[in-house]
Amino acid sequence: MTASSETSTQGEAGQKIRVLIAKPGLDGHDRGAKIVARALRDGGCEVIYTGIRQTPQMIAEAALQEDVDVVGLSILSGAHLELFPRIVEELTSRGLDDVILFCGGIIPEEDTEALEAMGFSAIFRPGTNTQEIVSFVYDNAHSE
Amino acid sequence: MASQSKQEWLEGTYRKVVDRNPERAESFRTTGETVLDPVYSPEDVSSNEDLGFPGEYPFTRGVQPTMYRGRLWTMRQYAGFGTAEESNERYRYLLDQGQTGLSVAFDLPTQIGYDSDDPMAMGEVGKVGVAIDSIDDMRTLFKDIPLDRVTTSMTINGTAAVLLALYIAVGKEQGVPVEKLGGTVQNDILKEYITRGTWIYPPTPSMRLITDVFRYCSESVPRWNTISISGYHMREAGCTAAQEIAFTLANGIAYVDAAVAAGLDVDAFAGRLSFFFACHNNLLEEVCKFRAARRLWATIMKERFEAQNPRSMMLRFHTQTGGATLTAQQPENNIVRTTLQALAAVLGGTQSLHTNSMDEALSLPTENAVQIALRTQQVIAFESGAGDVVDPLGGSWYIESMTDRLEAEAREYLKTIDDLGGAPSALEQGFQQREIQEASYRYQREIEDKNRIIVGVNDFTVTGEEPPELLRVDPSIGDRQIERLQNLRAERDGGAASAAIKALEAGARGTENLIPLIVAAVEARVTLGEISHALRGAWGEYREIVVV
Repeated sequence: MTASSETSTQGEAGQKIRVLIAKPGLDGHDRGAKIVARALRDGGCEVIYTGIRQTPQMIAEAALQEDVDVVGLSILSGAHLELFPRIVEELTSRGLDDVILFCGGIIPEEDTEALEAMGFSAIFRPGTNTQEIVSFVYDNAHSE
Repeated sequence: MASQSKQEWLEGTYRKVVDRNPERAESFRTTGETVLDPVYSPEDVSSNEDLGFPGEYPFTRGVQPTMYRGRLWTMRQYAGFGTAEESNERYRYLLDQGQTGLSVAFDLPTQIGYDSDDPMAMGEVGKVGVAIDSIDDMRTLFKDIPLDRVTTSMTINGTAAVLLALYIAVGKEQGVPVEKLGGTVQNDILKEYITRGTWIYPPTPSMRLITDVFRYCSESVPRWNTISISGYHMREAGCTAAQEIAFTLANGIAYVDAAVAAGLDVDAFAGRLSFFFACHNNLLEEVCKFRAARRLWATIMKERFEAQNPRSMMLRFHTQTGGATLTAQQPENNIVRTTLQALAAVLGGTQSLHTNSMDEALSLPTENAVQIALRTQQVIAFESGAGDVVDPLGGSWYIESMTDRLEAEAREYLKTIDDLGGAPSALEQGFQQREIQEASYRYQREIEDKNRIIVGVNDFTVTGEEPPELLRVDPSIGDRQIERLQNLRAERDGGAASAAIKALEAGARGTENLIPLIVAAVEARVTLGEISHALRGAWGEYREIVVV
């Protein structure tokens, strides 16, 4: 089950870009994910944060249920090359292949190509300014 | 004309200059909201009469009379990755390099109670620490390391009882009697719920497992530190220095409450409680944090719990430099950050220390980076002179004033947590999580608004950095662990293993101490995942309280 938490401000929810911030794998380092969730919310997005320890199925299911435009994955355990392809598969199998994907965490430079090939449009590493992430979401997602 | 008081100086000499040349910031603050005075003087120090001497209550100045003049702190680098063989090699390397204690990092499946072949373990085996599924792995992990000659700290919480049982079992195999085993299990589940995230069971049975460890060790493993009550992870998640003291000691109070409620005499176990703090960048505030925490815990143990033995009142602690302060940009700068943080920990009187490696914002540390980190401690220990006098900063008006201030702030938080029903109840209401989240977001905003400069990140940046050499864990480790598990399940006496699991399940539903049952199970080659699965069956699983 997904422990989801609506973090949006009230108002014109219909027009807002909907973003799922998810923590796949087993690591509990959620400082970055929570900061990104909050910065996106402050930037005007509707943000759903899953909580930690989400399986690929749980993440894809949350993306479907919440009808999101964007999925951001945060991982710091080093399991991204094993887990991310599974998440993409689960999204695709639910017809969510047009969702914008980005990720962040401790992700070595040399994995960039592999992640881009999987469909990730951006990788945000330690030290990233959250405004850069907000701009990325606005530049890439359409709230229709 | 010389000023006669601080007030006179502030209004006269100081004001004149500031009016002409404003300072470089409107205000200077601690990691919390405290605005710093430009200078401190005797008028700022209220509690000089409480200051006392090292080795005496309330231990503000240190828990031992001689501190590092007697024996240096334990240099204990947290390490572990891949398989037990690889980690064993790294430990023997570190011991050869002059490290004086071991500190084991376990992979996440081991920490959360999954065997390496569990679907939940996919991609995680051997990644952030060593994979331990059974006594076979544990035996390999400590091969040629005599357990009566080293002390071992294990960062393990949800499955602490299992790893302690494995350590005892391997000690037995090596011919080391349990009473000679020395070390620590982190065993601090409350901060897992608050922030670190390797919880398994709900709070009530988790607290029972913890008090079972307290009781078992007080009777059978007297040199074992049964818990390391940790502020580190809450600080890493973004809380302030004052919150780190308060949330840690609030958890400490909850453990003492639970043990007393389970019928233990406070002086029978309190001397084996140990603590674990982070050390971040604000050098002097961090020194004060350690001193304030020591004094506050001593008074809590004496006044609230009426401990009689001075050892029960001593806050002994391990320190790790701040992982979250490391930058991926210009990683060599992290050596300097780590040096300052390590110095603060030494000036604050730590009992043991881990210094982070410069490349940890990028990946697991390489051997070269680990060596520099250890050398950093050795330079402080042998060259800086910082350990040659006990509490060398004691009596500084700023240090004493800030120590008082942090203690007072922490007391305020403790009162709030008491009003919420204690730490377990407060965290179930999301109190600590929310406070940490607020502080962490505020800190991030300060960086992005450039009210806080991080060298190499939001100022003094360079472009086109060469990515450094990184350590990668061999991805075939998962397969090798799975093969070992299959062999173990094929070879072991299946009847004995299932009998041990049944006995454990029955124990979990009853009230007897579970540690002997877990020791029996690991000796019957029952795996960590099987033990955790049995306990999940009896107790259920915790559900995260998500606070954003």
